[in-house]
Amino acid sequence: MELFELTAHELHAKLDKRETSAEEIVKSVLGRISRVENKVSAFMTVNIDEAITKAKEIDEYIASGKKITPLTGIPIAVKDNMCTKGILTTASSKILRNYIPPYNATVVEKILQAGAIPIGKTNLDEFAMGSSTENSAYKVTKNPWNLGTVPGGSSGGSAACIAADEAILAFGSDTGGSIRQPASFCGVVGLKPTYGRVSRYGLIAFASSLDQIGPLTKDVTDAAIFLNVMAGHDPKDSTSVDLPVPDYRKSLIDDVKNLKIGVIKELLGEGIGSGVKKSILEAAELLKKLGAKMEEVSMPTLKYGVATYYLLATAEASSNLERYDGVKYGHRSSEADDLLAMYYNTRREGFGPEVKRRIMLGTYALSAGYYDAYYLKAQKVRTLIKNDFEKAFSKFDCLISPTAPSPAFKIGEKTDDPLSMYLSDIATIPVNLAGIPAISIPCGFVNDLPVGLQIIGKAFSEEMLFRVAYAYEQNTEWHKRKPKL
Amino acid sequence: MKYETVIGLEIHAQLLTESKIFCGCSTKFGAAPNTNICPVCTGQPGVLPVLNKKVIEFAIKTGLALKGSVAKRSIFARKNYFYPDLPKNYQISMYELPLIVGGHMDITVDGKPKHVGITRIHLEEDAGKLVHQGAAGLKGSTGSRVDFNRTGVPLMEIVTEPDIRSPEEAKVFMQELRNLLVYLGVCDGNMEEGSLRCDANVSIRKIGQRELGTKTEVKNMNSFKSVQKALESEIKRQTEMLESGERIVQETRLFDDTTGTTTPMRSKEEAHDYRYFPEPDLVPIEPDKKWVDEIAKTITELPSAKKEKYIKEFGLPEMNASILTSNKNMSDFFDEALKIDPTLALGSSNMLIGEVSAYCNDNKKDISETSLRPDHLIEILKGIDAGVISRTSAKKVIIKVMDTGENVKDIISESGATQISDEKELLNIISDVISNNTKSVADYMSGKENALFFLMGQVMKATKGRANPEVLKKLLIKQIKK
Repeated sequence: MELFELTAHELHAKLDKRETSAEEIVKSVLGRISRVENKVSAFMTVNIDEAITKAKEIDEYIASGKKITPLTGIPIAVKDNMCTKGILTTASSKILRNYIPPYNATVVEKILQAGAIPIGKTNLDEFAMGSSTENSAYKVTKNPWNLGTVPGGSSGGSAACIAADEAILAFGSDTGGSIRQPASFCGVVGLKPTYGRVSRYGLIAFASSLDQIGPLTKDVTDAAIFLNVMAGHDPKDSTSVDLPVPDYRKSLIDDVKNLKIGVIKELLGEGIGSGVKKSILEAAELLKKLGAKMEEVSMPTLKYGVATYYLLATAEASSNLERYDGVKYGHRSSEADDLLAMYYNTRREGFGPEVKRRIMLGTYALSAGYYDAYYLKAQKVRTLIKNDFEKAFSKFDCLISPTAPSPAFKIGEKTDDPLSMYLSDIATIPVNLAGIPAISIPCGFVNDLPVGLQIIGKAFSEEMLFRVAYAYEQNTEWHKRKPKL
Repeated sequence: MKYETVIGLEIHAQLLTESKIFCGCSTKFGAAPNTNICPVCTGQPGVLPVLNKKVIEFAIKTGLALKGSVAKRSIFARKNYFYPDLPKNYQISMYELPLIVGGHMDITVDGKPKHVGITRIHLEEDAGKLVHQGAAGLKGSTGSRVDFNRTGVPLMEIVTEPDIRSPEEAKVFMQELRNLLVYLGVCDGNMEEGSLRCDANVSIRKIGQRELGTKTEVKNMNSFKSVQKALESEIKRQTEMLESGERIVQETRLFDDTTGTTTPMRSKEEAHDYRYFPEPDLVPIEPDKKWVDEIAKTITELPSAKKEKYIKEFGLPEMNASILTSNKNMSDFFDEALKIDPTLALGSSNMLIGEVSAYCNDNKKDISETSLRPDHLIEILKGIDAGVISRTSAKKVIIKVMDTGENVKDIISESGATQISDEKELLNIISDVISNNTKSVADYMSGKENALFFLMGQVMKATKGRANPEVLKKLLIKQIKK
C-alpha cells in the first residue's frame, strides 16, 4: 500500500515506529495530487513548498525525540472558506479572488499546534452555498467514483480529495448538510458536530446559527481523532460551548447491544431513491443483528425543514455577505464613479447567481412587513423541529436515515433547477436547524456510486455517534473500497 | 401661548472602557489612523464578535443610577445598512430587548422640580470615520479614506420618554445627565469631541390636546447651547407652520450651528429599512443578581445626594452646593478640602465657585488641570481668618497658585501681600487721609455712614489693599472722634 492510501491512525503508527517520515508522507500525498488532481479538481490551492518545508521541520522535531500527537506529520486539506494566514482564501468566490487573510481560523491554529501539515485549500460551492460544488466561481470538482457526477457540496473539494487519496484528513463545514452529503456522495466519513462543539472563528460565515466545522475522513477512527483536536471552547467564538472534550477514541467500541435506534419514517418515504432506501434498510437490519433495538419513528415536522432553512440561512447570509463591498479587501469594480456604483458593480461582478439568489431571498425575508411572516415564522418552525428531535431522543439513543435521497447526480443535472438541488439536503437540513450532531458513513453502492448512512444524535452525543458508526464500520467493508482513478 | 412642546431625547455616550466592545483593540482617541484595529473590528471574513464585559457593567451602573431595571435577558441585533465607515455593513446594536428598561432622572429647572422618564438604555458599536481629501465633505473631494480606529468603540444609548416640555428643560437635562455619567466614570462627557451626542424628537400640540403632534428628529447638536438653540429654532419653525395652516412632515433634520436653524436631512419615506434580526454570533445577556448587586456597590455618591449632604451637613447655601456638584472634579476637590478642615466649608465653597471657577472659565481649564491643591486652598483661607492676608490679596494669591503651584507662604511674602495690622504703621496713613479729606470727615460726623467707607477706601488705596479692614475701621473711627 502507498502511504497516501493510509488513514491518519495508520500513518501515525508508522511515524511512531519511525517506519516513515513526515516528508515521505507529504511527498507521497503531493505525488498523488500531481497524478489525479487534473481529473478530480478538488483543490483551489496546493501548498507544495510550504508543506515540504513544514514536513522537514516536523521530522527534525520527531528526531529530537519529542512526543508526537496523533496529527503530527499528517497532511490535512482545508476547505477554502476557512482563513489561513498568508494563504489565499477565496470561499470559491470571485469577490475574494485576491483575499489573503491576516489571521488563522482557530481550527487551523489547532492543527498547526498539533503538528499537522496543511496540504492545500479545497474547492467549494461559492460561500458554501450549494450541494454539488458546481457553484464554485473557479472550477467544477468531479466525483472520484464517476468523473461525470458531482462530489456533492458544499464541501465537495474536501470530500473528493479524501476519496481520491489526495489528503489524509480534510476540514469541511456544514450549514445544511455540506459535510455529510458530499461524504455520502464520495463514500467517505463526514461528521457535523453539535453546534458550538467546534469554534467557528475564521470560518467565512454563510449562516452563523447553522454553520459548523467538522471532519471528512477515510474511516470513523480518523474522524474521532480529528474531532479530538478541533473540538473545544474558543474564547474568540461566543457561541462555542465551554464543555470538556472527551477522548472520542474511547467511544470506538464494537458494541451496539441494547442501544435504541430510531429509523426516521419520513426520510424513507417519497423522494428517496429505491436503491438508497434498500441500503439504509439493510444497514438497519445489520445493526439489529448486532444487538441494537431498531424501531420506526415518525417526525412530522421534518418536512418543513427545507423551507425553514431557506428562510433562516438566507436571512443570515444576506447580512453576513454585506461586508463584501469593495471597500476593504477582495474584488473592487473598476467601473464605478461613485459609492453606490462601486457597491452595485463590485457585488454584481463578484457574486455568482446562487449567492445573489440567496441574498435576495434573505433580504426579502428580513424586510419590513415580511419579517413576521417569514423570518419569525421560520424561527418558530425551527423550534418545533428541535422539539420533535428532543421528543425522539427521550426514547432513542440515536436516529438513522439516508444522508441524501440519491447517490451522486450528473454534473449539470440540477444546475437549472435550484429547488430540486435544495431538496437533495432534505435529510441533513433538520439536523442543522436543531443544532445536533450527525455523521455520514458509507453503507452501500447504487450503480457503482456510494450511499451514505446518516446517524443523528442529541446535542453533544458525538460519542454515541462514533460508537454506532464504528460498530457498523467494523462489520462492513464499504469503507475499504477505493475509486479507480 | 397656544402650543405645548413635547421633546424626547436620544443620547449616545461613548463608554470609557479601555478596549472596544467586541474586540481587544484600544479605544484611545487621537491615535494615528488605522492603528487601533484588528481582524474583528475591520470586518475581515470569518471573524466573530466577543462582548466586552466591562461595557455591560458600565451600562448596568448607569441604569441603576437612573433607577432603571436590568433586563433578565437582553440580546444584540444586527442593524443592516451599507456605508464605508461600517466595515461589516451592519451595526451590532440592541433593538427589541435592551439591557435597561425604565428609569428616571429628577432635575430642577427655574427652581421647579421636573421628572424625566427614561424609556430604555441599550448598547451598540460605534462606526469608523471617513476622511474626505481636498474638501471638508464628500463634495469636491479628490478621494475618501476610512479610519477604523473608532469602529467598535462602545456606545450607550439612553432614550428618554417624551416628558421634556421646553428647550431649557432639555438643556438642563443634558447637563445633569452629563454630570451623572462623569460622576459614574462611564463617559468623559465631552460633547465637542463627540463622546456625548444628542438627538431630539420634537413635536408641538395645542395646549389641552392629548395626542402628540407629528414629530421631527433633530440631529447634530454638539453642545448644551446648541441643544437649546436647535430646539428653539425647530419649535419656532413648527409653530409658524401650524399657524400658517401647513402640515408638519415627519423627517430627520440637521441642525447647523452657524445659521442656528435646522434643515431637512431625510424624510420618513427615505428612512432605511434596517432589517433588524437577532445577532447570531452572540449569546443573550443574562446578568445574575449577584453581579448586578456588586455593580450597585460601585456606585459612589451621586451628585444629587452629594448636594443634599453639602447643604444639610456643612450648611452650604443651595447655590453653592448646586454649582459645586455640577462638576465632579470640583466637588471631589471640595471633599478633599473638607477632610483637611470641615469648619472652612463655606469659605472653601465660596472660593471654589468664585475665584477658582472664574479662573477655570477664563483659561478654559478644569480644576484638575490647574496646580491648585486642596491644602493650598485651606492655607489661604486660614491666612484670611488669621488676618495675615486680606480677601482682596487672597484672590491674587490663589490665581498665582493655580498658575504656578508655588508654596502659598512664599507667594504671600514675595508679593508683599501680607496684611498690615500694625497700628503704628496704619496711624501714619490714617492721619494723612483725615487731613486730606476734611469734607468726608465732616460728613461722617454729621451722620453719613457712607463717608467712613470712602475714607477706608483711601487708606486701602494707599496700602495697596493690605490694611487689615477690621483694625483699620476701629482706628479710623477713633482718630476721627479724637
